[in-house]
Amino acid sequence: MGDRGAPDPEGVVDLIRAGDARTIARAITRAESGDPGVEAALRLLHRHTGKAHVVGVTGPPGSGKSTLVDKLVKTYRERGLSVGVVAVDPSSPFTGGAVLGDRIRMQGRALDEGVFIRSLATRGSLGGLSKACAETVRILDAAGYERVIIETVGVGQSEVDIVKLADSVLLVSVPGLGDDIQAIKAGVMEIGDVFVVNKADRDGADRVVREIRAMLETAWVNTGAGGRLIASGGAHHAASPSNTAAGVADEDPHAFLAKLPPVLKTVAETGEGVGALVEAVEAHRAKLVESGLLEERRKANAAAELKAALAARVLARLEAGPAGAELLRLAGELATRERDLYDALETLEGILSASGSPLAGRSGTNPGQAGD
Amino acid sequence: MERTIRVLVAKPGLDGHDRGAKVIARALRDAGMEVVYTGLRQTPEQIVQAAVQEDVDVIAMSILSGAHNHLFPRVTELLAEKKVDDVLVIGGGVIPEGDYEFLKSKGIAAIFGPGTPTATTVEFIRTHLKR
Repeated sequence: MGDRGAPDPEGVVDLIRAGDARTIARAITRAESGDPGVEAALRLLHRHTGKAHVVGVTGPPGSGKSTLVDKLVKTYRERGLSVGVVAVDPSSPFTGGAVLGDRIRMQGRALDEGVFIRSLATRGSLGGLSKACAETVRILDAAGYERVIIETVGVGQSEVDIVKLADSVLLVSVPGLGDDIQAIKAGVMEIGDVFVVNKADRDGADRVVREIRAMLETAWVNTGAGGRLIASGGAHHAASPSNTAAGVADEDPHAFLAKLPPVLKTVAETGEGVGALVEAVEAHRAKLVESGLLEERRKANAAAELKAALAARVLARLEAGPAGAELLRLAGELATRERDLYDALETLEGILSASGSPLAGRSGTNPGQAGD
Repeated sequence: MERTIRVLVAKPGLDGHDRGAKVIARALRDAGMEVVYTGLRQTPEQIVQAAVQEDVDVIAMSILSGAHNHLFPRVTELLAEKKVDDVLVIGGGVIPEGDYEFLKSKGIAAIFGPGTPTATTVEFIRTHLKR
């Protein structure tokens, strides 16, 4: 294997790119546990990423995401594309343990060499993903998987981190979850590029489709569809006059509807509708590429990831230095009401600026260097 | 660095009784481990493939069909074929005590029969990890 102890980064990268399952799996484990030993390989790997189309699948618990992912993988395989799957399930906030059960529904793909399935626990992340998700996607991407599907934890109303990682987001709904007010709330319902009503053989599926369509049409009229939806619609201008109610009325209704994200019915259990769903995802991908929005979206996502990583590093450095003790002391004073939050923050900011930058000890050419 | 212990809980063979496997999955979860549960009717090939992709430290198999002497050793053979030597393999279920020695000789580190306190299994895993 040769990747235990101090792995040779070039060797690890070569094995990952050659699709060696154990090296891929071990690199993911190392990235997940924050092992500094894997960082050199991840750096080298980065330039080999960006080829895979990343598809996020999100929706409430029990909506059939895992079964749907299984059928998506099957359909992609029939079309000759290799697929990586990252399936996220929650960690216990108390013990840190987790039961990762998404593989149960994916057994049909178990022995296919063109499929790599990895289960991740959230390990404290609250946005529906796990901290190591981005690195896991990059590792699978570099390993040559042409589509990487991320299945989020079962989401409620506000876990929207998937938009920061996926090129195309599938939002899975099912009949019977609530009335039409659910569809007009902010949050999860806004992030879909393709909307799926799964378990469509059940009563009420058509109603859910109508409610989602109505939500999307209203969003278009009110805002020109908003950031995420614009990408799906292919329009680059928000709230331009043609998107006002009057503008919509003038427009050919078919052309208008064609701009909205598709809403599709599936029965994942039988595979019904999954072919059309894959078509819709691929059409979204083509639109993203053609319009240049893919680059735009990836830049925004990279900025978000960089900011989050920087914030984590600044905090880690602060805590490791003399300011760490100061932070705890200030926290005590906050609790006893001797100080207020803003006062404490100013004191800490003072420490940060007095020591120059918290990253002052770091070489400017190596912003991603591991900590001490 | 503290690494989270990852365990694959699998049901090889054709019996459909997974209560025991689920009880173990839950106990390991409550002991702070990450349990990948793969469900019923797994072939040894599927189990080993999943163990490699999930990079688990432990494979825990439960079987009630009586095919343990065939299926458990097949898993350790496949691991050896893939040169995976750092995964702890344990078993449980309805297995006659007379078969324990044979299974141990085939690389199954321990068998936990019905009535084993889950704490015993947790402790065994913690103290016998291979990496």
